Amino acid sequence: MSHTGTTVVIGTSVAGVRTAQALRTEGYDGRVVLVGAEHEPPYDKPPLSKQFLAGTWEGSRLTLLAPAEAADSGIELRLGAAARRLDPAGHRVHLADGSELAYDTCVIATGAAARPSPWPAESGVHVLRSLADGAALRADLVRGGPVVVVGGGFVGAEVAATARALGCEVTVVDPLPVPMGRLLGPEVGAHFADLHRRHGVASRFGSGVEGVTGRSGRLRVTLTDGTVLPAATVVVGIGAVPNDRWLAGSGLLVDDGVVCDAYCRAVDAPDVYAAGDVARWYHPGRGTHLRVEHWTNAAEQAARVAHNIAHPDDPRPYAPVPYVWSDQYDWKIQIAGTPVGATRHTVIGGLAGATARGGALYTDDTGRLRAAVTVNWPRAQAVCRRLLTTHTPFATAVDQVKALASRGAAGP
Amino acid sequence: MPVLKADFGACQGYANCVAGAPDAYDIDDDGVVVLLKEQVPEGDLPRLREAARSCPVSALTIEDA
Ligand SMILES: Cc1cc2nc3c(=O)[nH]c(=O)nc-3n(C[C@H](O)[C@H](O)[C@H](O)COP(=O)(O)OP(=O)(O)OC[C@H]3O[C@@H](n4cnc5c(N)ncnc54)[C@H](O)[C@@H]3O)c2cc1C
Ligand code: SF4
Repeated sequence: MSHTGTTVVIGTSVAGVRTAQALRTEGYDGRVVLVGAEHEPPYDKPPLSKQFLAGTWEGSRLTLLAPAEAADSGIELRLGAAARRLDPAGHRVHLADGSELAYDTCVIATGAAARPSPWPAESGVHVLRSLADGAALRADLVRGGPVVVVGGGFVGAEVAATARALGCEVTVVDPLPVPMGRLLGPEVGAHFADLHRRHGVASRFGSGVEGVTGRSGRLRVTLTDGTVLPAATVVVGIGAVPNDRWLAGSGLLVDDGVVCDAYCRAVDAPDVYAAGDVARWYHPGRGTHLRVEHWTNAAEQAARVAHNIAHPDDPRPYAPVPYVWSDQYDWKIQIAGTPVGATRHTVIGGLAGATARGGALYTDDTGRLRAAVTVNWPRAQAVCRRLLTTHTPFATAVDQVKALASRGAAGP
Repeated sequence: MPVLKADFGACQGYANCVAGAPDAYDIDDDGVVVLLKEQVPEGDLPRLREAARSCPVSALTIEDA
């Protein structure tokens, strides 16, 4: 098929880059322009709380698309040019440098930003979303001194683990009694709380933060129970908000993300698509709109959007099984499906201690496998992801994973 | 024919490749990727390239032979 138009992709992290690349693999031969607010070549986020923060990977290893690679694939890079306004009727994007780009198809991949710290301290309070954030946090961590991490979710727990590995004294604060418990249930969540303890990280679960005062090196974190924690560095990991504010006035329906149909097309502008953390699309398998903040979703959704642009005669709905991994201390955690809303679960193998290798399989009223959480057991995770795609009955899934566990000496 | 390659040391067992192309990639008991075939026909390339690109640590490549 021959394409004559221009596709403008806005946002240069995994969703934007993968859309541009997949357009080419799908045979799209129109013009592709990739526009990003940041000046750095497109880079990846997950290592920011892991290898990059630990200092084992340099920033250059995070590059997703080097300028030479972009040129080879016929992708025009426009870096350091934030999109300011979208005009769907006129098919134009206005950029911060005053220029404008005409498009036939536009892909919104502007992702999300860290929810800002609500506590105005002078300095030393960090969020973690960009390479610059990561470099600033790392500089403070290597300077030493106690660290308080606010938020015990994925990013908070990973930062705590990395800071601990760097030799810092770390306390994690979260208003929830069992931070991962809301997602995984209290029993499995308790193993995650124990993971911090086992590595010598203090936790204050069940208390909120009242305020943070002072400056870098000399901060004071006051908790809702009155405790005051001294800190050299504070990291606030309390979630992310979609970068959709620039779309105000575009006429697009924006409601905690760009609202899209099952084909990832904006509901009120058929030649505008969205992918990644900024997209709230209709998941046909779930019968509801979802916005997912995980790497694999951004990559898979990007590939689907590219397919739908390159093959308008064969549009495919997007109905993925959600998947996320997280590396915390000596645990490789992988979650497929949606544990929230499960009615029952079974644990196979062991989820306790340094030698943990096991999984929790979840089901609901349908009697099918609904989700799988594995620890240090990628093979079982790969099997469960396949079983989730094929809507396998829960009992069958449990049998298969148990069989895997009893195989050979390498099993749990 | 193009040849599948993997950097086994870089692989983190994230298994995106297995989800993308179960006929080409698997995971062993130690959580490391296994190549189920060496050479792949040209016709399979777009799909396999997409699967290789889905690796979060860029451990997979497809080389022209
Ligand atoms: C520290 C950290 C660790 C993570 N670890 C994991 C993990 O282990 N596993 C996992 O599955 N997920 C992880 N994630 C989540 C994952 O990184 C995100 O889901 C993924 O980056 C989403 O990609 P995206 O391209 O949709 O958005 P983003 O990564 O948010 O990128 C959006 C891009 O758009 C640009 N942009 C924003 N506004 C504009 C504008 N107006 N004009 C032009 N450009 C704009 C931004 O500069 C940015 O480059 C992690 C995230 C963070 C921050
Ligand atoms: S996607 Fe990459 S990290 Fe994951 S199993 Fe495959 S090769 Fe290994």
